[in-house]
Amino acid sequence: MNLFAEALNGALVVRVDEERIDAAIAMRFKDRMREVTAQPSTRVVLDMSQVDFLDSSGLGAVVAVMKSLAPTRRLELSGLTPNVAKVFQLTRMDTVFRIHTDVEAALQEGLRNAG
Amino acid sequence: MLADRKARGQPRPERGGDRPEAQIFHHSFAADPLSVRKALRAALARFTRNMTSDEAGTLELLLAEVLNNIVEHGYGDSGKGMITLSMVRDGRGLSCSVSDDGIELPADCINRKIATETLRPHPDDLPEGGFGWFLIRDLAEDLGYHRVDGRNLLAFRLPLSPQPHQG
Repeated sequence: MNLFAEALNGALVVRVDEERIDAAIAMRFKDRMREVTAQPSTRVVLDMSQVDFLDSSGLGAVVAVMKSLAPTRRLELSGLTPNVAKVFQLTRMDTVFRIHTDVEAALQEGLRNAG
Repeated sequence: MLADRKARGQPRPERGGDRPEAQIFHHSFAADPLSVRKALRAALARFTRNMTSDEAGTLELLLAEVLNNIVEHGYGDSGKGMITLSMVRDGRGLSCSVSDDGIELPADCINRKIATETLRPHPDDLPEGGFGWFLIRDLAEDLGYHRVDGRNLLAFRLPLSPQPHQG
């Protein structure tokens, strides 16, 4: 499970360097997210632009991560590929997450809000 | 074990020939998450040539939900047991059947009389599960289930846009 975290403009950006977040990897995703989000940051932006496939187990894992960060920290998503975006739309979970086009847009929004 | 019947290594029929390559997939594999991944890859490779990328994504999601549900609930994540997946492409879509020897599927998984809206986990509850069967019911058509002699058989169709002419 390849996750890389980097503090940028007051947000912790976590890049998922995996093609899939599926049933085979969902548990490890949750565990690794707990490790890489240990460094403090109110906003955590999950960069999913490398992820081509997400199933219901992967979706459940992303929701679990969001809940483990709440209420003091917020999980936001960025760079959803078409098939991944579809899963969020079909389940209406796109209404629960702040979803950005890409990391750039997520960080821009942070700057605007700060200003 | 039944093997994938696609004719590996054989020359494809020439364009315009009257015997197009039969679009059939038949595969048995172990009921564990990594074997499911491999089966998905093989099934996708078999059929996606004549699909849009959106259709291919839908197919992969639908199959993943069905197969992982069997791994997780049918066989209780034991890593034991087999799954058999059969698929046939016709003019209107893909007909799929999946069989396994796991426990019986609860009736409400495929009960279409219950409104779809009430079966979708509510987003505001921040559900971590329960999406699988919602997605299957949402994406599949003609979903049917039959259990006989301790064997589960699930059949469904994935509607697809008409295929481009192929020879």
